[in-house]
Order: sequence, then C-alpha cells, then structure tokens
Amino acid sequence: MSLFLIVALPFLGALLPGLMIHAGRQSCAMATFFVTLAALIGLLTHVPAVMAGEVITARLDWLPGLGLNANFMLDGLGLLFGLMILGIGLLIITYARFYLSREDNMGEFFTYLLLFQGAMVGIVLCDNILMLLIFWELTSLSSFLLIGYWKHLPEGRQGARMALTVTGMGGLAMIGGMLLLGQIAGSYDLSVILESREAIQASPLYLPALILILLGCFTKSAQFPFHFWLPHAMAAPTPVSAYLHSATMVKAGIFLMARLWPVLSGTDAWFAIVTTAGLVTMVLGAVIGLFKNDLKALLAFSTVSHLGLITMLLGTGSAYGAMAAVFHIMNHATFKAALFMTAGIVDHEAHTRNIPSLGGLRKLMPVTFVIATVTALSMAGIPLLNGFLSKEMMLEQAAHTTLFDLPWLVPVLATVGALFSAAYSFRFIVHTFLGPVRDDYPSHPHDPGFGMWGPPALLACIVVAVGVAPFIAEPFVHVVTAAVLGGTAELPYGHLSIWHGVTPALKMSIVAVLGGALLLIAYAPLARAWDAAPRPEAKVIFDAVIAAAVRLARAVTEGLHNGSLTRYAAIFAVTVVAVGVHAWFTGTTPAMTREMIEMSPMTVAGWLLLTVATGFLVFVHRYRLVALVLMGVIGLMVSIGFNYLSAPDLALTQISVEVVTIILMLLALNFLPNTTPVESSLARRLRDGAIAAGAGLAVAALIYGILMRDFAVPSISDYHLANSYKGGGGTNVVNVILVDFRGFDTFGEIIVLGIAALIIYALTEALLSGPVRARLLNRKPDQPQAGDAHPLMMVVMTRVMLPVFLMVGVYIFLRGHNEPGGGFISGLVVAIAVVVQYMASGFSWADARQRYPYHGIIGAGVLVAGLTGIGAWYAGQPFLTSAFGYFRIPPMEKFELATAMGFDLGVFLAVVGAVMLSLHSFSRIARRSESSYSEHAMDIDPSRIDPLPGEEA
Amino acid sequence: MELLLASSIGFLTAAGLYLVLRLRTFPVILGTSLLSYAVNIFLFASGRLVVNQPPILTDGVTSYTDPLPQALVLTAIVISFGMTAVVVMIAVSAYLSADDDHIDDRPGGLFDAGRDAGGEMGSDTARRNAGTEGKA
Repeated sequence: MSLFLIVALPFLGALLPGLMIHAGRQSCAMATFFVTLAALIGLLTHVPAVMAGEVITARLDWLPGLGLNANFMLDGLGLLFGLMILGIGLLIITYARFYLSREDNMGEFFTYLLLFQGAMVGIVLCDNILMLLIFWELTSLSSFLLIGYWKHLPEGRQGARMALTVTGMGGLAMIGGMLLLGQIAGSYDLSVILESREAIQASPLYLPALILILLGCFTKSAQFPFHFWLPHAMAAPTPVSAYLHSATMVKAGIFLMARLWPVLSGTDAWFAIVTTAGLVTMVLGAVIGLFKNDLKALLAFSTVSHLGLITMLLGTGSAYGAMAAVFHIMNHATFKAALFMTAGIVDHEAHTRNIPSLGGLRKLMPVTFVIATVTALSMAGIPLLNGFLSKEMMLEQAAHTTLFDLPWLVPVLATVGALFSAAYSFRFIVHTFLGPVRDDYPSHPHDPGFGMWGPPALLACIVVAVGVAPFIAEPFVHVVTAAVLGGTAELPYGHLSIWHGVTPALKMSIVAVLGGALLLIAYAPLARAWDAAPRPEAKVIFDAVIAAAVRLARAVTEGLHNGSLTRYAAIFAVTVVAVGVHAWFTGTTPAMTREMIEMSPMTVAGWLLLTVATGFLVFVHRYRLVALVLMGVIGLMVSIGFNYLSAPDLALTQISVEVVTIILMLLALNFLPNTTPVESSLARRLRDGAIAAGAGLAVAALIYGILMRDFAVPSISDYHLANSYKGGGGTNVVNVILVDFRGFDTFGEIIVLGIAALIIYALTEALLSGPVRARLLNRKPDQPQAGDAHPLMMVVMTRVMLPVFLMVGVYIFLRGHNEPGGGFISGLVVAIAVVVQYMASGFSWADARQRYPYHGIIGAGVLVAGLTGIGAWYAGQPFLTSAFGYFRIPPMEKFELATAMGFDLGVFLAVVGAVMLSLHSFSRIARRSESSYSEHAMDIDPSRIDPLPGEEA
Repeated sequence: MELLLASSIGFLTAAGLYLVLRLRTFPVILGTSLLSYAVNIFLFASGRLVVNQPPILTDGVTSYTDPLPQALVLTAIVISFGMTAVVVMIAVSAYLSADDDHIDDRPGGLFDAGRDAGGEMGSDTARRNAGTEGKA
C-alpha cells in the first residue's frame, strides 16, 4: 500500500466515528478498528522489503520553492514505530470500546484518537522535516483533545492545558531547530539531512540547532525538567494514557532523537546534555513513582523513568547503546501499555485506583492479576521476561559509560534507577493484588469481559515470548538499529540472549532486584519520611510561571495598545520613523544620479497654495467647515500637480473623487458638531506636533532620496509601454494596464469598492432601524434653513445639464482606451451628474426617478467585468485575456472594438453604483420625513409664508 | 521640482499625522485624507518625475513617463474614497448613537460598563486629563 495512503487512512477514517456513532457504539468502534487495521495491513505489506534492508519511499513535490515536499519514507525505525502505533492502536480501540461508559461520546473519542494516530504515523513516516513539524504540532493538538476528553473534570482540562503548553512550547523551539538544521544541510528532506553529518556537526549553528531540537524532544518525551506534565495528563481516560503516554506520543521525542541520531549524536554537547537529562529523569522518575499512591501516577512516573533510560542510552552515542534503546522502546511499549490497561481495569472494576484502598485483588480478579504480574515483573527486570533483556543491555552500556570524568557515576545512578524501578514494580503487584481480601472496595471487583483483558493479555504474551526466546525479536532489532545508526557506525556484534555469563551488568541487576525487594519491605517508614520531606510541587511552579507570563503579556499589551487609537497611532508613527532613520544611517545609499527638474514660477505658486492651505488647515481645523474648504483647495492642487507631472488620468480621477469626497464630508458634517473643542494640553499638542514634524521630515527626505536616484533594478514599465498597443490594443498605457495587464487587480479593487459601499448601506440600515431614528426625526437643525431648499435656477440648470454631463461621461468612457479617461473616471463623472440632481431637486424627487437600485448596479458591474474575463475561456485563453479588432461600418471611420471595453464597462457600473450607494445612504439619514416632495418640477411656492431666520413660527 | 514635491509630501504627512493624533473623529478623518494624499503622491512619485511626457502612445515620441505607478495610484484614489466613506459612516453612526465623537474609548477600554450618556465637557475634560496623566 502506498505510504501516502497509510498516512492518510487515519485522517480520512477520522470522519467515520462521528457518523457511525449514530449506528451504535459497536459500529463506531468497528469502523475505527477497521480503519486502523487497514492502515496496519498496508504497513505490513512492506515488512518483507524493509526486513531485507530496503527503504520504501513515496515522493510528491508540494511546494518545492520552500523545500516543503510531501515525501514519506519507511525504514526499520519507521516500521517499528508504525507497528507500535497501529498495532497497539488496535488493542486500545478494542479496550476503549468496553472501557468507555454510555455517557461518554464514543464518536468524539474515536475521532480524536484517529486524528492522533494519523499525526503519529505521519511523524514516523515522513521524510521532510517541515512536514514532520506539522505532524508534530498535530500530535500536540490532538493529544490536548484526548487528555481533556472528560471536559467536566477540572483536572482533565488543567492537565490538557499543561500538556499543550509544555509540548507546544517545545514544538516552537523545535521549529527553530529544524529550520536551522535545514539551513545547514541545504535541504529540508530528512534523507538529505541524514547524509550531511560532517557539515552539520562542523557548522557554528550546530549547537543552537541541537539545543532547540532537544527542547522539542525533551518536552514531548517528558524529560527532566519538563517531566511534570505527564503525571497531570493522567486525568485522561485510561485508554488514552495507555496509548499516548506509554507507547506513542511520549515516544515521539525518543523517535526524533533516534531519527536524527546519525547527524546529531557523537559530539560532546550531545553526550553531555542527552545522557545527563536521561540519567536524572530515570532516577527522579523512579524515586517519585515509588511513593505515588495513584496507580496511574505510579505508572506515569515509571514511564518518565523509562523514557529517561532510553534517552540516556541514545545519549551515549554508541552503537550498542542505540541497539539497547531500540530494544527497550519495543519492550517498554508492550509491558507499559499492558500495565496501563490493567490499571484501567482495576479502576473500572473497583472504582478506585488509590493503592491504599486496594489489595487482595488476586483472588477476585485472577486474570488481571496474572497479566499485571507478568508485565510488572518485566518492568522490574526479572529474567525470562523481555524487560530483563533490555535492562541488562542498559546496565551493560552504563557500566562502560563515563560521564564528567567520573567512571562510577553512570553505573551507580543506573543501578539506583533500576533498583527503584524494581521497587515500584513490586509495589504495583504486592499492594494491589496481594494481601487479604478487603470488604471496603467502592465496588465489587471482578474480572472484566474478554474485550478488556484480551488486549493486555496479548501484550503479556509478547512480553513472555520475547523474554523466553529473544532470538525471535533479534532480526527486527538489528534492522531497526541499522536504521538508527544510518551507516555512521557498525552494527554491534552479539546476540540478544538471556545468559551472558557473570558480567557486571548481571551483578548490578541482582543488586537492583534485591534492593527493590528490600525497599518494598521497608516501604511504610520510607513513605512516611517521603511525605514529611519538603519537595517542590511542579503544578504550583507551573501555575506561577503561567500567571507571571500572563501578567507580563498584559502589561506589554496595555502599555502599547490600551484601546486608545491616538496612543497607538503615535507609537506606530514613532516606531516606523525610528526604524527608517536607523536604516538610513546604518545602510549605504548610492550617489544621486538624476538632475533636478527646473522649477517654474507656476509650480512654485502651486506649491505655495498647497503648503499654505495645508498649514492653514491644521491651524483652523477646529472650524470644520473651513477645514473642508481648505481640503478642497489641497485636493485641487494635487490634481493640478498630477496633470503637470504627465499624469492626466490621475488628474481627472483626483478631481472627480475630490468632488464626491467633499459632498460626502458635507453630508457627514450635517450630523457632526461644527467645531472641535480644545481638549489636549499645550504639552500634548507640542508632543504631537513634534511627532508629526519628525514623520513629515522623514517622509520628505525619503522621497527626495528616491526622486534623485534612478531605479535600483530595471523597471517592468518598459514592458507595459512596449506591449500596450501591440498586445492590449490601446495607446493609453495607464488604462491598458488597468483593464488588461493588471485586470485581475482591478477586478479585485472594484469588488472592494462595492463591499465598502455595501458596508455603508448596511450601517445606515442598522442605524435607521434602531433608537437613533427617533432622535434623528426630532433633531433641530443647528443652523437656519434656507427658504428655498431647491432654488429655481439651480434646478433648471442641473436638469438641462444632465444630458450634457452624461454625454461627457460616455465620451470619457469611450476614449479611455486610447486617451486619458476610462471606466473609473467616467463612473465618477456620471455619479457626480446624478448627485447634482439629488442636490438641486431634492432627495425624494431624484429618488423617485431612480429606477435601478444601486446595489444592483454594483453587482451588475462586478458581473459584467467577471463575465468579460470568463469570455476569454471560450477562446482557450486564461481569465481576463483581452482581444481586440478594427472594424468599419460605413459611413463611419474605422474604429476599434476591444473586449477590454466590456471589462471597463463593469468598472464603470461598479464605480457609479458604489459612489451613489454611499452618498445615497448618507442622504437617507438626513431625510426627515417621507412626504415633503412636490410632483411639480419646481417646488417653490410663492404664496408660502416662511418664518424669518431665527424667528419661531 | 523634486524638492517642491518632496516638501509637499512632507507637509501633507505632518499635517495628516498631527490631525490623526487629535481626539475627535472629524479631525482624524481629515488627517487620514491628508495622509492618503501624501501616500498617493509618494507612490506616484516613485516612478520619478517627468514633465510633458504623458503615457499616451504617440507616433514619433519615444520617451514616456512611468505608467505603472499611475495605474496603481488611480485605483488607490478611488478605493481611498470608498474607505473614507466607510470611516465617515462609522464616525457618524457612533456620534448619533452615543452623542459623543471622541475617538477613544473611556479608560478601561471596552470592558468599562460605566458609560454615561451625554458628553458634558466637564466630565470629558476630567477624563482626558486623567488619560494624559496615565500616559505621562
């Protein structure tokens, strides 16, 4: 089966449980089971090839420019983990089917489980470290959902958050590390990276990359000092603990260390960090685990301890250590998953997993007792069980490892770890199952159905089989070890066997087992001493760190952005200017290459008008109407400037936008106060003035610097100039760029414009249907109203002018392709023509004659533009490709027709609709009542008696 | 000419920024309009200044001004109208709903429940001064 499919199956299958739960719990579990089984079978089909030493690959270039490829590879290491994830997954699904109660939403559980499974399979099979990072984060997320599955339990939620925080932070560090690694190796493909050992270890970035990647691995695999999240994650349902926290997720960190072993290991830094962390974790986890009263907490700390053991073995950097690590990964997964499941059975049946409330279960739950005993003895390292074999190898390796120039350090600590490990294993058996039968269990314990004890029993069989006949696992261990070593070291000589003779390892092992038994005998006084001893509580420290981080974040956020736009704008402006100034003074600039264009008296006059109007505007901005007049002056000068500087299209656009903007502002001012009160202190105004002056100076210097130099790189404008007529059929290059070269941009822009107008319309609707409407109707105008709202001369004039206006609009539209003009400008001109009617003849009069709703016009515009673009598809061309031709219809001159004209028509309609809808909406607010409009063209009534201005009627 | 244009952009930016830093909505809207003038001219000028060479292809003429910034700025002008209109609309509806045209929320931001209607100058000034002190 393709590797793609194996990875995709769990993800696709994750859709099933949610659907199948409606067909019943059995169907839901079956669906999940068969999805996993299908993936497992797919993986098994590759076993012969992998055992023969081949590496199966599946490649798909996804974003090669970024080095992000969907590449997968399957070698021995991937196969081991894949089998563990899918094989133990099958057992867990069976177990969970019977473990979950009717109140638990099984569909949700299995969906999360399959998501997690897919992410894990992705990690172990992928051949691209960027993909690996994605899967890595997915495991953090899906395990968050699984740990917090019992949402009603606060411990579940807190444990899930803690796990997500710790593993998520580690994941962030790892992103950095992986990117560094990819930079050093020049590729993000794992297979390439694995071949660049020398380059990576020689690089100055090796140490940062190593530390960041190890942070990710250590947090994931619960290594000291990040071990504390794992026991808190035990609030999860037991199947989750058995799956995530024994066999799979916590092994992801181990997997990655093993995967990158060929390139990262062997240096002093690797040895010192990894071995030390592993040793400390191993001893610490074992010691704490012994004194835990919760069965699952005991197992959790034992997992921490065993992960430490594997980490320590990988840290030694020797081939033998790697082989021991591989073998222990397999053995630990089998006995620990079984132990978690038996702990779950005890919890399920006795309704408690508190060791002091248990004991004597041997007679009540004989099957469970046998499974627990076999697997726990394996964990203790008793001969004829698989745990013994790998523990022997570990002790053997430890006996030959020297850390910090102290030859006794590693062997002694390893023995202490093994000793405590034996002690808690014995305690698990003795305090839970042995002893007299009690009569105060919360519930009547008895063996569960086969569905629950079958999966751990199967694992116990493997424990015994490998323990008795290690040679059956040997070929597989060799293949996996070869994959870990990746050709950097010889496969260690030697067979997995029970008897090696009287070696130091055997002596250490005997010490550990006997010492463990002694510890258990002296357990009661030891536990009292342990409870009396002060020790740091990880959760308290964690919560304090989180609280401090939140306080810091809040202080920074509120310092920078406390909801005050003014402060935010000031900070923003100052920062931008500071960064720009820094760049200016630290960077280099080429010499000025352009001649300055001579200034004529006219240009100086224009400049004077503009600057004086701007200065005056700031000076009198409190008088809002005056400010608006000055805005008009500035806008006019800007458009004249455009025209002078060879931009006739811009000049036309600017001047027509200016007209509608001023009308818009006038309408707004109708509702807003006419003056701005003095509110800020002089100091504050000086501060703002300084910021503004600094920013203005900086911008002026920047543009002056740009203007006096030529382009740093050749401009693409020459292409547009050269192809405008040939390719676009127009001589007005600006218009051809708009409707042809960059038609897609323009298409997006008219949509944005339409959306803006629709927002205004929606806001008006909301405003007018709310309590504001009553206030608007009762509003007294703050200025005396004109007696003739619609002056005769103006009404006549505008109505006569309307056809002329429209004709100008059409003219500007038609000539747009070849002369200054086009859809934007003619749209604005036509909009102005209509607005003038509204102003002169009144809203009601004009509105009654407006037959097409403005939103419809916007929509029609976008549609016409889009359809014109789509038309190109029928000619087999990409979207918005234009075509043009020259026609002659006698007696007219030869003329040009271009499809771009259809597009421009769309632009025209959208602009008209958007401008009109905005202004129309504003006018609707102003409209006081429905009635006051006359059918007569001129609504001046000479007989009407108006009150004089200021006089009450 | 370049000096005149650069200084114009500088003036427009400075005036625009100063107005953006004011406390009421209308000056802020004027400020953003001035800033958009400045930005539009800036973009346009990035094609370098040329006099009397409009980008209209004509027989016998070989040098034209840069048409690309012009095309970009043309749409920018129209869109900035749309955006101005939206902001103005928001300002008007805020003023009509709350009878207050301050640009900022009261101290305590969005979570402050104690919003009293009617913006009497006294309380406003007191609040502003408190805000200024907080920043100092």
